[in-house]
Amino acid sequence: MMQVPCPSCGPRHAGEFGYVGEVTTRPDPATTTPAEWRDYLYLRRNRADWTVERWYHRMGCRRYFVIERHTVTHEFRSPS
Amino acid sequence: MSTDTRTAKQVGSHRLDPQPGEVVDRTTSFEFTWNGRTYSAHPGDTIASALAADGVDVFSRSFKYHRPRGLLTASYLDPGCMLQVGDEPNVRGAHRLVQPGMVVSSQDTWPSLSFDVKAVNELARRALPAGFYYKTFMKPARLWPRYERVLERFAHGGTLQGSDAPTGRFDQRYAHPDVLVAGGGPAGMAAAIAAAEAGASVMLVEEEHDLGGHLRWGDEAELSTLRSLRDSVAAAPGIEVLTDAVVLGRYDDNWVSIVHRGLPHVDERLVKARVGALVVASGLIERPYVFAGNDVPGVMLSTAVRRLVNLYAVRPGDRAVVLTANSSGDAAAADLERAGVDVVHVEDARRGCDVVRVRGRSRVRSVELGGGRTVRCDLVVTATGWTAPVSLLTMAGDQPRYDATGARFRPDIANLLPSVLATGGVVGDGSLDELVANGRTIGNEAARRAGGSHPSSAPELTPAPHPALFRATTHGIVDFSEDVSSKDLFTAVDEGYRSAELAKRYTTATMGPVQGKLETVNTVAIIAEATGRTIAETGTTTWRPPYASVTLGALAGAEREPIRRSPMQTWHERHDAVPLQAGAWIRPDRYGDPNGEVEAVRDGVGIIDVTPIGKLDLRGPDVARLLNLVYVNKWSKLDIGRVRYGVMCSDDGVVIDDGVTGRLGEDHYLMSTTSSGASAIWEWLELWLQTEHPGWQVHVTPVTTAYASINVAGPRSRELLERAVSDVDLSPDGFPYMHVRTGTVAGVGGCVLWRIGFTGELSFEVHTPAGYGLHVWESLLEAGSDLGVRPFGVEAQRILRLEKGHLIVGQDTDGLTRAGSAALDGLVKLDKSDFVGLPELIWQQDSGDGSRLVALKTVDGSVLPAEGSQLIAEAGRLCGRVTSSRFSPTLGRTVALAQVDSASAAPGCEVTIRLVDGGTVRAVVTEHLAQVDPEGVRVRG
Repeated sequence: MMQVPCPSCGPRHAGEFGYVGEVTTRPDPATTTPAEWRDYLYLRRNRADWTVERWYHRMGCRRYFVIERHTVTHEFRSPS
Repeated sequence: MSTDTRTAKQVGSHRLDPQPGEVVDRTTSFEFTWNGRTYSAHPGDTIASALAADGVDVFSRSFKYHRPRGLLTASYLDPGCMLQVGDEPNVRGAHRLVQPGMVVSSQDTWPSLSFDVKAVNELARRALPAGFYYKTFMKPARLWPRYERVLERFAHGGTLQGSDAPTGRFDQRYAHPDVLVAGGGPAGMAAAIAAAEAGASVMLVEEEHDLGGHLRWGDEAELSTLRSLRDSVAAAPGIEVLTDAVVLGRYDDNWVSIVHRGLPHVDERLVKARVGALVVASGLIERPYVFAGNDVPGVMLSTAVRRLVNLYAVRPGDRAVVLTANSSGDAAAADLERAGVDVVHVEDARRGCDVVRVRGRSRVRSVELGGGRTVRCDLVVTATGWTAPVSLLTMAGDQPRYDATGARFRPDIANLLPSVLATGGVVGDGSLDELVANGRTIGNEAARRAGGSHPSSAPELTPAPHPALFRATTHGIVDFSEDVSSKDLFTAVDEGYRSAELAKRYTTATMGPVQGKLETVNTVAIIAEATGRTIAETGTTTWRPPYASVTLGALAGAEREPIRRSPMQTWHERHDAVPLQAGAWIRPDRYGDPNGEVEAVRDGVGIIDVTPIGKLDLRGPDVARLLNLVYVNKWSKLDIGRVRYGVMCSDDGVVIDDGVTGRLGEDHYLMSTTSSGASAIWEWLELWLQTEHPGWQVHVTPVTTAYASINVAGPRSRELLERAVSDVDLSPDGFPYMHVRTGTVAGVGGCVLWRIGFTGELSFEVHTPAGYGLHVWESLLEAGSDLGVRPFGVEAQRILRLEKGHLIVGQDTDGLTRAGSAALDGLVKLDKSDFVGLPELIWQQDSGDGSRLVALKTVDGSVLPAEGSQLIAEAGRLCGRVTSSRFSPTLGRTVALAQVDSASAAPGCEVTIRLVDGGTVRAVVTEHLAQVDPEGVRVRG
């Protein structure tokens, strides 16, 4: 299993983390449409490329953080 | 090992005089049984070596044709030596050390190893072609159950004992070595020594029982080098040696799994290592040669002969013919000469000599040589080449290439990841000095890289020239585990399976217990031959983890699931509570009759341990904003001292949790969650605080186990609690329904009291510092003894809440139940500007879709429909399901909650409940969810 570079704790075993998923933007509930809301809920780009993801360091600092991961090579880099 | 000839006892008719490198301890011997007969062995013997020392030459019957099989490799991989030991099937008999009293038998032979009925398969060989199972048992599909029963009887693989067999003992371990060396041969040992000398912590993993690799069965010079390498390993700082251990796989970022066997008190251990630099020194595996009769007992690889003679002092035959293409074959011939075996002929493949076929059935009788001459013998030794076990490297992304000079696949060392290195035979050949020197260089480089240094290039061993030998002019077995012949591979190619990956799956070659380690290269070479391509064009099949077999027990590890116990659990156990495991908690289901417990609560007073309820301490000026966001109802106007019930949804509108939250101070709240949701809701709150609203000032602290929680319920609960509480006014006006107070209970300060009513009765929930939980519990029981106070369990609570129509999230709702389907219409405030799930719930209300939660009253109140029973409306249309049902002792009839289609959800609607036994019962939707005290007089009392 790969290691995830936690911004607070450094590289840690991926099993310590919760994977929240690709970062999405929550639409404004006052103006959103069903189509837009369901995109937010369910549609992910799932690209074989760099993706922007949210992880949760459950067994460490308990921080949610955003990081970029290459879904083919599992390389990580800071979000641009 | 001792070779003291004065005390030496000769065990076994085929045992040689003491050999310089032997590993058996001749000072002592013991007995074990093989197929019911008693045999002797020395400590250090494997099961196979002890039996071979007594002249046993048939160990199993082959997979498909049930041909007799003997020793081929005399190593862990030996495909003919999978045995049953006691209740353990598939033991690698040429690897497992024999123990006193061991009960060993052959597998899958009936009625006996020497006379096996299923050998008739061989007579029908023409009817068992490649892909036989696919061709024969596919159609018609309806006959599959019958086919399966037939095939099971012919399945290979030993017997498991019944469910009363003792379970194994397994565990797991984590390790973090700077350098891990996979393989303890000369190059691997040298790499470990050099890495340790460079300051790295090193784990050296060796599959066999001792370090040394091929040096162990070598000559005097090799044994001398072996001793000095072993001494250096022992002397080097920071090398941990695991023997009888195999690296199973390499995963991302050098996450490495190792199976570790032969440990005291544990059957198998899985070691999970995060490794700085991985050095693969997996050596070479000798390749069998394909020719007619190559699986007859007495046909052995040169390394098998060398192991038997030099490690176990076993004479493998009397008259030998050796086919050699390399120094291992030459050395095996010399070993046999020295052991007094009559080496009647050496066929040198480097000069184009060959063998054609072996004759014999249970033992080699003769061999026909390439020139046409037939030689009588009982042992045929082949030394026709090597396979580089590259699997760990391929798991790190290596693409092995065929090296025509060395006639084997080898890794593409130049393109390895920087954290993965290789040395020794898997890379190339060399003199012993060259292997050790390369190992040292690679080990030093591995230590540098593990320390973060920039990789520098390392010298690479190259394969020595070797003749390309795969198959003779005849057809023979390619995969000894699966009984796949070269002819089967030709057939597969003829039928169009020209790719190695397809022909492999069609014939099952390389798919047996050996997993290609012996037969992959031959398989590829024969497919290449049959397709008219080169080996390089054909390419090799993929190696995947695990490299060696591993028990499911080791993968599962020891059973370590911590159970949470409330501070009162010992009391419950002393009072005969029936335990209920609920999520992470063990708690009392009941103490006696749950109906009696219900009656005590309805008529007097009862107390229940509700410690597992999730509790979160919330502090900060923005708590109310957080509550407004995560709950569907409104929280901005909750006064200090008030408690409110709330429901949480996720953004798809589905109900995820419920509970009450009380305001203890200006910026201080205590939230309760469902018992199972405690940790998830903590993370849920943090998610919203950290991602959507990082500016809000809220501290969330989980306090579930910091408090012991006791619900005091029943019409006399106030009377009871007044005896235990001095500093809180408990009167109906002083402490009304849905309020919170802090105070002292049974002398314990800092308690939080909620006046709430899950049971439907007047009740107070006491949260006391956990250390005082048992004291408060016992004090309440003592104080209320004259009131008839009784402890009640989870079952009574479930009946009470069902009578009251209170839903349980996850019981009366599921993963698709939106708030509009959970009878929460009055609670959900769709006019709020935002809360999690708001848009979905607006749309649900607009469309009216989804089911509804209703209470049902069966027309025949004595019938109890099981939870999950289907509801049927007119014309047999399914319209819902029962979510909760119990017999109500208060009402003397059944009470139930159900999810029903909105068309059938109005009060008075009749539905039919389909019962488990096939019968039906009519039921009516009641006006209120609560069937006891729907007006809520009791809770407000």
